Amino acid sequence: MFKSDEIVQHVKVIVFQIEDEEYAIPVHQVGSIERIMHITRVPKTAPFVEGVINLRGVVTPIIDLRKRFGLQGYEQDGSTRIIIAAIDEMDVGLIVDGANDVLDIKEGAIQAPPEIVGTIETEYIDGIINFGQRLLILLNLDKVLSRDEVRELHEFNGQTDGVS
Amino acid sequence: METNQYLEIFIDESKEHLQSINDRLLDLEKNPQDLAIVGEIFRSAHTLKGMSATMGYQDLSNLTHQMENVLDGVRSERICVDSAMLDVVFDSVDDLEAMVMDIAGGGTGERDVERIVALLQTIESEETGEVKVGVNRAIHKTNLDNPVELDEFALTVLEQSKEQGLNNLIVHVSLREDCLLKAARVYMVFDVFEQAGEVVQSTPSVEELENEKFETSFQVVFVTNDQAEDLKNKIMKISEIEDVHTSVFDVDAYTSALSDRDLQPSLETEEKVVAKQEKSTLEKQSTTPKQKENQAANKTIRVNIDRLDVLMNLFEELVIDRGRLEQISNELDHNDLKDTVERMSRVSGDLQTIILNMRMVSIEQVFNRFPRMVRQLSRDLNKEIDLQIIGAETELDRTVIDEIGDPLVHLIRNALDHGIESPEERKQKGKQVTGKLELKAYHSGNHVFIEITDDGAGIHRERVIQKAISNHVITEEQAVHLSDKQVYELIMESGFSTAETISDVSGRGVGLDVVKNTIESLGGRIEIDSELDRGSIFSIQLPLTLSIISVMLVEVQREKYAIPLSSIIETAIINKKDVMHAHNKKVIDFRGNIVPLVFLKDILETPQTLEEDGDYLLVIARKGDKMAGFVVDSFIGQQEVVLKSLGDYLSGVFAISGATILGNGQVALILDSNALVK
Repeated sequence: MFKSDEIVQHVKVIVFQIEDEEYAIPVHQVGSIERIMHITRVPKTAPFVEGVINLRGVVTPIIDLRKRFGLQGYEQDGSTRIIIAAIDEMDVGLIVDGANDVLDIKEGAIQAPPEIVGTIETEYIDGIINFGQRLLILLNLDKVLSRDEVRELHEFNGQTDGVS
Repeated sequence: METNQYLEIFIDESKEHLQSINDRLLDLEKNPQDLAIVGEIFRSAHTLKGMSATMGYQDLSNLTHQMENVLDGVRSERICVDSAMLDVVFDSVDDLEAMVMDIAGGGTGERDVERIVALLQTIESEETGEVKVGVNRAIHKTNLDNPVELDEFALTVLEQSKEQGLNNLIVHVSLREDCLLKAARVYMVFDVFEQAGEVVQSTPSVEELENEKFETSFQVVFVTNDQAEDLKNKIMKISEIEDVHTSVFDVDAYTSALSDRDLQPSLETEEKVVAKQEKSTLEKQSTTPKQKENQAANKTIRVNIDRLDVLMNLFEELVIDRGRLEQISNELDHNDLKDTVERMSRVSGDLQTIILNMRMVSIEQVFNRFPRMVRQLSRDLNKEIDLQIIGAETELDRTVIDEIGDPLVHLIRNALDHGIESPEERKQKGKQVTGKLELKAYHSGNHVFIEITDDGAGIHRERVIQKAISNHVITEEQAVHLSDKQVYELIMESGFSTAETISDVSGRGVGLDVVKNTIESLGGRIEIDSELDRGSIFSIQLPLTLSIISVMLVEVQREKYAIPLSSIIETAIINKKDVMHAHNKKVIDFRGNIVPLVFLKDILETPQTLEEDGDYLLVIARKGDKMAGFVVDSFIGQQEVVLKSLGDYLSGVFAISGATILGNGQVALILDSNALVK
């Protein structure tokens, strides 16, 4: 898998932590990293939709990545962060346990995801990065934030009314 | 030519021209004899043609050209105005509109116009057969062979220009015998003249030329610094020009020749001068509309609506910060700070008014499509309709304008279809055969009212009740107590349609309930009043703007929500023991009405529970005639907030119509009372 170092392309990624795993997303998808702030709950949305925040005047939806990945329980602490990521020109915030690093990854270091990685479904995963002693999971944000899925979940949550 | 930068202007102006063609055509239908109207239409069409040719939209310019030919026929009284002819012209305007819309949507503006072009050509050729015997032609024999006769004014101009070293020319232009659009050609030739220099005098006069009161040739005295040969070439490039002959005009020779004859009584010359001067002012008048347009253009600027949106967004930020500052200054209770904040609030309030005003668009935009629609509908339905539009200049925020068109179309169709009777029926009832439909807009307070009044059959109370009962909209017991107004408003309930037969026009399955919902979602209201056999009035009340709204902030458990003031009747505190049960629901007696309670904390699934005490705090909200009492935990107060969308990601969330940012920087959700009142 490893190619010669000379003409290897580099990918800059933001590394963040959820539970014991480290995840990476390409830096160009990240707008900013915010400290935790007041989140307004939006009723009757998908369970992983934590609510909305006021991001400098823009009402921005927030997703709890733990819940999205089907993990349970967390406590926000000093290191909890909201990563503002842009998908389809739309900003969405992701709650993570901590934002750790910005790393330069050689493209060659990205490997295809194995069938099972931890508890997370592989469809969100673009690849695995072997970075020295650390194993980083490269996330596919488009899948994580798939709008269609959110919509389906809305409908699934039983809005029989149909007025809105 | 790089045309992209002109595209927007082109589209805007094309739309304006098409609209004016539409309007004037309708005028023409009423006064078929008024050739001034044809002239106006012709001018608009001509400009449109020129613009679209410049921009390279060939189909557009071809079709306009054909239409222009027909109009020209009308103008020279070869084609008479009748509804068949107008139908074709209207159809071509439709096609033109479709093409412009296509261009606006990023398309190429291409369209198959063969059929309509053929129709236009038929009209044109059918009637031009009789032309040649036409009266105009024979009478106005031009006197081109006569030597040029100039007035003193023209002479002075020529003398001066000669001193300045300019060329004085006599240009003799002849058009081809078979030229179809003489006036248009003349226009084009004069266009060349205007670019190259100045026409001092023309024979026959410009006016006569414009009205095609000349044979095939005309002559101008012309001042230019171009060479005669260049000018000739330029003119020859215009199609259907037979020949251009230029000769130098010698002022000195002319004056000396004139002085020889100059023994006429001075009085006569004076008269002549006066007459000629009048003529020249006439000529000038023909150019004034253009100048006027320019002046008007200088007083207003076209601003891209996106820029205004950006300004609005920035201002919204300011409104939010203003709220925050007000809150802080209240908490700190510092006098100087309070003063400053108050002053800032006042200034920004004024600013808010100005910015909102800038986004105001006259409702004409929406209204001006209706004459055409009513014309078409009345023909389809075989009814005679007199449409009156009042207050088209009334202004509304763009956001409201965008939304209000469809409901109005619906209501007008409804009035024509169900309201106004057929001519025979009207005769029987002793009414005038022509039905009246009035569309009226006006401001009152912070609202805009739009009324649609017809003098038709009105609404039959009993029939509405029967239908409502059979459709299970109401029960028989309920029906007894309903006021007339309440009965009329039943026709806007979902699943209700008073049409006994389904027609093309409004047998759409969807009734007026859609209209009502749209208007209510805009924070507006619709009311119906009617008198049997006298007619009906549909009255719509709308807020001036949608982007900044007044809300009542409440707390449900520990969460803050905003309820639009437009849907709130009042707030109330009632004791728990006054709550009654009906159909397993909690209801209260509110001023004689049974009002169901809506427990927001259950519907919104709010976490944490506060201790309940003995009273319920209620916000009594309404949706049309229906009311509900929202149970909240505390009232915070009334506030102006900026409406923000929840974004695509969370679109269509139940009972939430948007969000806003509060003074403390937190987001509060805006409740959609329409979804909550059932």
